[in-house]
Amino acid sequence: MNDLGEMLMRPQAYSELAMGNVALVRAMVESGVRVVTSYPGSPTPEIAEAIRSIDAEKRPFYFEFSLNEKVATEVAFGAAINGRLSVVFFKSVGLNVAADSFVQLPLMDITGGMVVVLGDDPGANSSQNEQDNRHYAQLSYCPLFEPASAQEAYDMFKKAAAVARERRMCVILRLTTHVCHAKELLSFAALPDRGKPDDTPLFNPDSGNYIPIAASVFPMKKRALERLAALEADLPALGFDRFVDHGNKERGVIVAGLPFASLMDTLSGCEKKPDVLKLGSVYPFDRNLVASFLASHREVKVLEELDPILEGQCKALAFERHINVTILSRYSLDEAMGECTPSKAAAVLRSAWPDMLKAEPVRAHLEPLAPRPAQMCPGCGHRSAFYAIKKALGPEDITVADIGCHTLGHLPPYRMGRVLLSMGHSSSTAAGLSLFNETRRVLCFIGDSTFFHAGLPGIANAVYNRHRVLLVVMENGTTAMTGHQDHPGTGRNFNGPSEKLSVNAALTGLGVTNIREVDTYKQSELSAMVREALDEPGFKVIIARHPCMLKFSREASRKPAYVRARVKIDQSVCTKAHECVERFACPSFQRTTDGTVTVNPDLCIGDGSCRQTCPSQAIVPSKPSN
Amino acid sequence: MSECFNIFMVGVGGQGIGLLAQVLAKAALNAGWAIHACDTHGLAQRGGMVSSHLRLGQAYSPLVPDGQADLVLALERTEAARAAVTMLKDGGSLAWYDAAWQALDVRMGQAKPVEASELKTSLNARKAIGYKVYRADLADPRMQNMVLLSAVLNADLIPRLSLDHVKTALSELLPAKALEANLALLQ
Ligand SMILES: Cc1ncc(C[n+]2csc(CCOP(=O)(O)OP(=O)(O)O)c2C)c(N)n1
Repeated sequence: MNDLGEMLMRPQAYSELAMGNVALVRAMVESGVRVVTSYPGSPTPEIAEAIRSIDAEKRPFYFEFSLNEKVATEVAFGAAINGRLSVVFFKSVGLNVAADSFVQLPLMDITGGMVVVLGDDPGANSSQNEQDNRHYAQLSYCPLFEPASAQEAYDMFKKAAAVARERRMCVILRLTTHVCHAKELLSFAALPDRGKPDDTPLFNPDSGNYIPIAASVFPMKKRALERLAALEADLPALGFDRFVDHGNKERGVIVAGLPFASLMDTLSGCEKKPDVLKLGSVYPFDRNLVASFLASHREVKVLEELDPILEGQCKALAFERHINVTILSRYSLDEAMGECTPSKAAAVLRSAWPDMLKAEPVRAHLEPLAPRPAQMCPGCGHRSAFYAIKKALGPEDITVADIGCHTLGHLPPYRMGRVLLSMGHSSSTAAGLSLFNETRRVLCFIGDSTFFHAGLPGIANAVYNRHRVLLVVMENGTTAMTGHQDHPGTGRNFNGPSEKLSVNAALTGLGVTNIREVDTYKQSELSAMVREALDEPGFKVIIARHPCMLKFSREASRKPAYVRARVKIDQSVCTKAHECVERFACPSFQRTTDGTVTVNPDLCIGDGSCRQTCPSQAIVPSKPSN
Repeated sequence: MSECFNIFMVGVGGQGIGLLAQVLAKAALNAGWAIHACDTHGLAQRGGMVSSHLRLGQAYSPLVPDGQADLVLALERTEAARAAVTMLKDGGSLAWYDAAWQALDVRMGQAKPVEASELKTSLNARKAIGYKVYRADLADPRMQNMVLLSAVLNADLIPRLSLDHVKTALSELLPAKALEANLALLQ
């Protein structure tokens, strides 16, 4: 078996099949990065998995999962102004959380250099929106580079890190989901011999200023703008951009990131291909380069995922410099939505230039199948909680969701948690729902990782302002949805055992006096607690606890004496009430057309949380096997 | 569209599509293919649809364009039927492990499970060849991917790919004990 950690630290140059996220870690090692921080979120968690594969004593940099993205950004910033080359990575919406501190970074003298690696998610594959984070680059004056493949992610990270270090600034490397996860045979360079890192603390308040207040902001802002201009002037030498010459004087396409790959695939069967200008530096972009491309083509289409940012800039540039070119506009709102896959790129090109691509072969129409959304795993404690809580609520009561596996409770048959904004919003949204509301009781949920990430302010506010809300903390002992990372409540951090922050103690410290605790498998006890607590005054909390059973059963199955348990239906007792399959709805229960319920042995983990739901006790343990 | 052999793999979260995709990508490299690949998951839970793309030959994007899969490999019947509608190319092949993990609407009694006959109708419409794979005596459901892979090799569905390429790939990916169990299913 190959050892990923060994490969990432290998002194020699080599080639290996790997995904973009893994390639980034090799690039960090080669670049001499000293501090890396993050908060988990798709599409970036595999970066941390690759870091974990390197033995702790061989790891050339410090890594931590911080409490949230803002904290992660601040830790990386602190290290960077002390002279350490630093990286922070997180998912698209993580930048919203980090924003209050992030927008200050371009104002600062970042002694060691800092790279913000963003995993944006066009197509909202695993996010609550598909926001276009290039806007943040513009609003904060932070340079943004964008690779189109895993190999480019590696190459561009090294260039971006060099820019950040040499110019003592912060830069963004923006990846999108299918660049993070794209796999190809990658060529890695040899590790440069850097000797022992010089960790002298270099922070010097006078090299700043580091205190942006009132009038002192302006010199700092001016420096940020000047650094951008200087970078733009140097872009030709830095080699981020690429011209693909198809000898077409009529038509050209300007593109950046993954849409470049989609475009090139789409053009492979095309006879008269347009010229292509691929930008790697999206902000600032090389205006001279773009202007000469615009001037040398009669028509130009900007093939761009999400918002028409480059398109707007190209149009402004053509206007400013009196360039005689037609820049084709978007043909429909669809162009602003979803990922620019090869199929989408073909559709966009067809609308821009109907004669360019061969007609698509006509296919027989077949009815699409209903989608299969993700759902809670067999044995999930969240399922027991939703099933039990639903019994305690009236039809008019309002339930507020938060972010995590338990968001899936909004799906049938539970229909629990019907409004969602962002991580940690639930207590405060619930507080608002409780105002001028004497008739519909308000209950909200939060996961344990989210509790520490962004949940505390909303809870303190609810206590302080005396909101009448019941909060259920779904404590499963892990950050489940993003792949089981530790969090402050688990007693471990990325690097080993640590203080275990207690949810109960945190609540008590914030002034919550009405707290109950229960294991979610104790369904009737949980139902009774909710019934009671809902009618009590003020802010109340139930800590509803059960370990994540996916993590638990995975760990159990690795132990030598592991025996896999399952349940089965005793058909002689079953009355086909269908409580298990329709209302508890563990996916292990399958039904045949005559209404008989069976247990899928591939899915059942034998946790038995279903047994108490059957009115006729027909769910019984099955013979164990391995 | 581009000159390459496109493979689209699909299943339900928890079925082991990740290992199948990794083995095939490595084996294809061993067989001398240039490859572009991509897993399209993100969430940890089981139960949702998961898919993986693998393109052999000249390509840029890691994603197989809609309707361009020369080969669909499915670990579950409903997902096989879905991929036949969306991804399978006319004249392509579809091999599926005939497990059924019922979707919520079926379990709720609001929809009928997909039958083999419906899948057959779709395959006919796509002028595609179907390979149904199933092994009743398989103790560990996480090995269904290997049973499917074995059938793919026996039917020679991936150009240039041999059993040896797959064995080498597996030995790079798995610890000794798991390797033995997986290899046993490939003979
Ligand atoms: C700002 C932000 N950062 C990260 C994420 C990614 N994310 C989605 S769910 C989740 C985990 C939540 O964990 P927890 O609250 O413990 O709930 P669980 O999934 O364990 O039920 C994270 C980090 C996000 N959606 N938004």
